[in-house]
Amino acid sequence: MASIKEQFEIPSKLKTWAYCLIGFGLIALIAGFITKGRGTEEEQAIFIGTIMYNTIFWTLICNASMFFICVTTLAWGGWQQAIRRVPEAISTLVPVFGSITFVVLMYVVLSGNHHIYEWLDTKKVGGDEILKGKTGFLNVKFFIIWTTLAIGFWTILGWRMRTLSSEADQAPMDNTTGASFIWRNTVRASLFIVWFALTVGSTVPWLWIMSIDAHWYSTMFSWYNFASTFVSGMSLIALWIVYLKNKGYLEYANQEHLHDIGKFMFAFSIFWTYLWFSQYMLIWYSNQPEETIYFKHRVQGPYKGIFFLNLIINFICPLLILMKRSAKRNYTLLTFMAVLIIFGHWIDYYQEVMGSISKEHVTLGWLDFGVLSFFVGLMILFVARALASKPLVPKYHPFLKESIIHHT
Amino acid sequence: MAKKKFVVGCFDDEEILFPAVKKVRTAGYKIQDVYTPFPVHGLDHALGMRETSLHTAGFIYGITGTTTALSGISWILTADWPLNIGGKPHFALPAWIPITFELTVLFAAVGMVLTFCYLCQLAPFIKKHHFHPRATDDLFVMVIECTDKTNTGDLEAFLKGAGAVEVNTQVAEAGWWLGRYDKNEMPFETKTVAA
Repeated sequence: MASIKEQFEIPSKLKTWAYCLIGFGLIALIAGFITKGRGTEEEQAIFIGTIMYNTIFWTLICNASMFFICVTTLAWGGWQQAIRRVPEAISTLVPVFGSITFVVLMYVVLSGNHHIYEWLDTKKVGGDEILKGKTGFLNVKFFIIWTTLAIGFWTILGWRMRTLSSEADQAPMDNTTGASFIWRNTVRASLFIVWFALTVGSTVPWLWIMSIDAHWYSTMFSWYNFASTFVSGMSLIALWIVYLKNKGYLEYANQEHLHDIGKFMFAFSIFWTYLWFSQYMLIWYSNQPEETIYFKHRVQGPYKGIFFLNLIINFICPLLILMKRSAKRNYTLLTFMAVLIIFGHWIDYYQEVMGSISKEHVTLGWLDFGVLSFFVGLMILFVARALASKPLVPKYHPFLKESIIHHT
Repeated sequence: MAKKKFVVGCFDDEEILFPAVKKVRTAGYKIQDVYTPFPVHGLDHALGMRETSLHTAGFIYGITGTTTALSGISWILTADWPLNIGGKPHFALPAWIPITFELTVLFAAVGMVLTFCYLCQLAPFIKKHHFHPRATDDLFVMVIECTDKTNTGDLEAFLKGAGAVEVNTQVAEAGWWLGRYDKNEMPFETKTVAA
């Protein structure tokens, strides 16, 4: 036990990379603000929308890390203990990205620009029976309260899970203390899961993203978004594990653990496709104008390429490449697939948000990649700091041995 | 099938079984199989067995199902008997995906079960020799195939030394044959055949 490397030290190269990415992102943001942010209402909406889908995407995939910890805790899983500090470190980003999301969404709701959320326009809503019927859900007060509560409780409940996890660093546990430790973990994890179900699993994607097309609705939309963020979240965890393994940390984690992460990436790519297809086929089959309006410009309009590229990256590639057992145990291939999956779901979020804000033109360009690099840089910097702030192995966790001898 | 001579060593603990498997393999004996009451993790690695190709077979069955479904439905609905269903195009791909999916799963599942039964030599009205009835209860039964040069006495002593609680030599059918357990002798009635 004494010989393992418990403490992560941030390599200066990683920091340089993070600062470069953040710097590049800031330049893109400033350039975007100068060229688009002060233009017409639509140009402003494109600028804010670009930041909006990026920040929502990154908040939700970091939150998916905490969801992963809570789910495996509730299942009384042991195998994840050797790697659990990685998703924990990623989940520390929820307050950081959450506050950016909060600021951006508050700006969208309160700035008086109704191009993104047309339900903000009281005049329009007054003359529209459908939007009038939705005012109980789609109104500024509820939006602000629910957004605050959602981000707030993700932060608080996630923080409570992480502080509890630190107890496993302090002293060996006997049967009684171990049992009570596991019980408290179970209680705190269930609280998070309940709140997660009420937010990510149902209301939050409806409120933040689906309401851009205020007339359109799909009850499957939130699960679809959850699948998207969970599979990207697992890919992000896989990337950090491979990185730490390459630097010589996480000695207890091996191919077996990575194989399980790979299974999650594979399975939830299929689950995502299931929801994607269910949503698409029902609307295609019934062919009702108020439902097909969402797909019209995506399947037959300018977003056609991105829409089907999305399906190839997020379904065909994981299906064919990650199917083999040896692929999930191969560090190089898994790294490649993880990057591809994160990129694929980022594109998915792009078309979900920007496909509705800018229906006539595909806006994908330097601004999108610039904002993406800003968030990737922040993610690298904060995850590295969080990893360095705690031992990498919860060495007195009662289930740690189960993780060390884990075998799939 | 030809009868073969086997030396059988029974172990009552996994902790003893694993080192014993290692010892027997390094000594150069050929282990025919180890029969266990429950799946033992890592035993396949210890025995040096190659990875099963059952999943490759499953993939092939799966794509056969996909092809069957897509070619079947598209021929029926576009060439053989085109119907106007709700004004949809005859080539209505989204509507076919559920059936394609079901046939993929059906072909893969049924094909894999049958292949698995064949590989494990399991079928109705088929019999296989049981080396020890307690392999279904609480004993780990290691079966070593003998050659002309194997000295069974030495091998039995070697197994005893490796921790076997019970050792014997049997001459038995290696494969499966037509016969029924309820019509013929029951495995627990079988007496060990001395060599």
